[in-house]
Amino acid sequence: MLAQQLVNGIISGATYALFALGFTLMFGVLNVVNLTYGVYFSTGALIALYATRHFGWPILLALPVAAIATGLIAVVIDGLLLTPLRRKKAPELASLMVTLGATLLLYSLMTAFIGTDIQRFPPAAIDPSAIEIGAVRITRSQMLIVGTAFAMVALLLALMRGTRLGLAIRALAENPDVARLMGVDVTLVTFFVSFVSGTLGAAAGILIGLNYNAIQPYMGEAMMLKGFAVIIIGGLGDIRGALIAGLILGLLEGLTAGYIASTLKDAVGFLLLVLTLWFRPVGLFGRAAAKRA
Amino acid sequence: MLKKLTALAALPLAASIWSAAALAQSKEPVTIGAIEILTGPNNKYGIAIKNGFDLALDSVNKNGGVLGGRPLAIAYEDSAGNKDQAINAARQLIGRSKVPLILGPTLSNEMFAAGPVANERKIPIVGTSTTANGITAIGPYVFRTSLPEADVVPVTLKTAQQKLGIKKVAVMYGNDDAFTKSGYDVMKGALEKLGIETLTTETFGSKDTDFSAQLTKIKSLNPDAIVVSALVEAGSGILLGKKALGFPEKVRVIGGNGLNAPKVMEIAGDAANGTLVGTPWFVGKSDPASEKFVDAYKAKYNMEPDQFAAQAYDTLFIVAKAINDAGAAEPEKIKDALGKVKYTGVMGPFSFTANRDPAETSGVVVIEMHDGKFRQFN
Repeated sequence: MLAQQLVNGIISGATYALFALGFTLMFGVLNVVNLTYGVYFSTGALIALYATRHFGWPILLALPVAAIATGLIAVVIDGLLLTPLRRKKAPELASLMVTLGATLLLYSLMTAFIGTDIQRFPPAAIDPSAIEIGAVRITRSQMLIVGTAFAMVALLLALMRGTRLGLAIRALAENPDVARLMGVDVTLVTFFVSFVSGTLGAAAGILIGLNYNAIQPYMGEAMMLKGFAVIIIGGLGDIRGALIAGLILGLLEGLTAGYIASTLKDAVGFLLLVLTLWFRPVGLFGRAAAKRA
Repeated sequence: MLKKLTALAALPLAASIWSAAALAQSKEPVTIGAIEILTGPNNKYGIAIKNGFDLALDSVNKNGGVLGGRPLAIAYEDSAGNKDQAINAARQLIGRSKVPLILGPTLSNEMFAAGPVANERKIPIVGTSTTANGITAIGPYVFRTSLPEADVVPVTLKTAQQKLGIKKVAVMYGNDDAFTKSGYDVMKGALEKLGIETLTTETFGSKDTDFSAQLTKIKSLNPDAIVVSALVEAGSGILLGKKALGFPEKVRVIGGNGLNAPKVMEIAGDAANGTLVGTPWFVGKSDPASEKFVDAYKAKYNMEPDQFAAQAYDTLFIVAKAINDAGAAEPEKIKDALGKVKYTGVMGPFSFTANRDPAETSGVVVIEMHDGKFRQFN
């Protein structure tokens, strides 16, 4: 049972990490509390659902198309909501309120059109069989989630550390004004970061929707609380931190439910969150301020 | 002159009209009221109920009506699922239409609003689809014919024990929802009463999607079945998680009323196979009266009846019988007669308890999910 519980923990931890990656990027680089992130998670899953259902697309085509489409939606929403605030150098609370309002509006619109009934990808979208290694079972969609989470972290780190664009993004994260003076096209880089994080959010929504078969407009809302915990424990804007914090949270939850009591499962994550804020407010892996991305 | 003649000639005609009217007066219909959701988002329940009433009404009137040949009629009011509208409907039926009895309303919370109005005016009100706790505690004029969940779950568990030899189970329930929590309380009591051992009790949140930690623990304990009190979303997730973890096929999920929904099979697919739930009535129930009802319903409405239509169908016969037994269309007499009525319909034998709830549970059907459809298990 322990081996399976550890695998369960890694899978649900990878789920949290996958969700948190785009969130931490948006948070850490753009310095805004953008609550619309959960909407991208739902939007991606719903677009992919529509494509597989109505056009009969295979999931491997629906996933990138829906993710990119959602990325573009994220750019538009970010541009509409936050560009004016950035121009006015409005305080963080303003972005929080604006995106909160927008989030409620977007969820209500989605609900009005689609309803709140949960839906699933066509059963043929992914092979449901599981692979057994000893007493441990893992399904294909679960392997896809874990694999994607690690691959995305590697890709993002390579982008941030190894490219000029990554350098520009890190400069922007540190100080937008200085970045502008150094010749960074701040608007373009901002849009790029919005696009990447929207795409990541959507990809997470699709993969998680594929695994749990529970797609509905408010699915992003349910992930947001866990997402917040992960990015704060891992450190705002810390990509590697998001992965490790996600895995720690998943493992702790699984082991708590398996060996202590399932009623305490949710409490553990938030206990960890409180302890982190108490003893290491910059996050478990956070170095001194800035330079994180 | 001519005018006078015409008038004279018309006299016999007038007389004959007069006597026909007199006859009709003696055959004046007995009109009872009904408050159901006929428009709005939940109208599928109200319309199924109205269809059930109307089908039974045809049969009652074809067989001589009530009170020695008077036709029975129903005055419908639409509540639209709105408590205030249900209250207004009750006032209108009692005050203007002077009905001696009201059927409905559709939802329990509408009954909590309209029930007290009828009770205060001493007009019996009979809910056909109101399953919440405390409905009949509103007052002595409030009746219901639908079995509360607390009566259905023990039958499901007992059937599973007898047919599958279940001795030890794991229990899972949503602990952040009043409905699933009260379902769990009923399950716990029934398991103790039947002497079935509970190996572990696991909880989850109604919005959770990942149940692998709880299910892994349950799997390691080797239960004969998993007893689940959940709504459709979490219940489907548990079934999918159970399949992903490779539980032996003989380990079934036994659910409460929350899982009695085709949507579960739509979401969980073949992971739902073998899941057992209890229901007061089932369209495929093998029972002559029930089959006759299904055929008549299909012939009239061109669709299959559901549990709500069946409950309404039986209720109208129960009410018609009570009116006959009362001997007059008077609320007080009908109320007393309802308390004593005994009737066997498509739901099985029926009578009221002293608290005006259904007394019999022998009509409960245990059904099994199989390849996207329900089929009878017991």
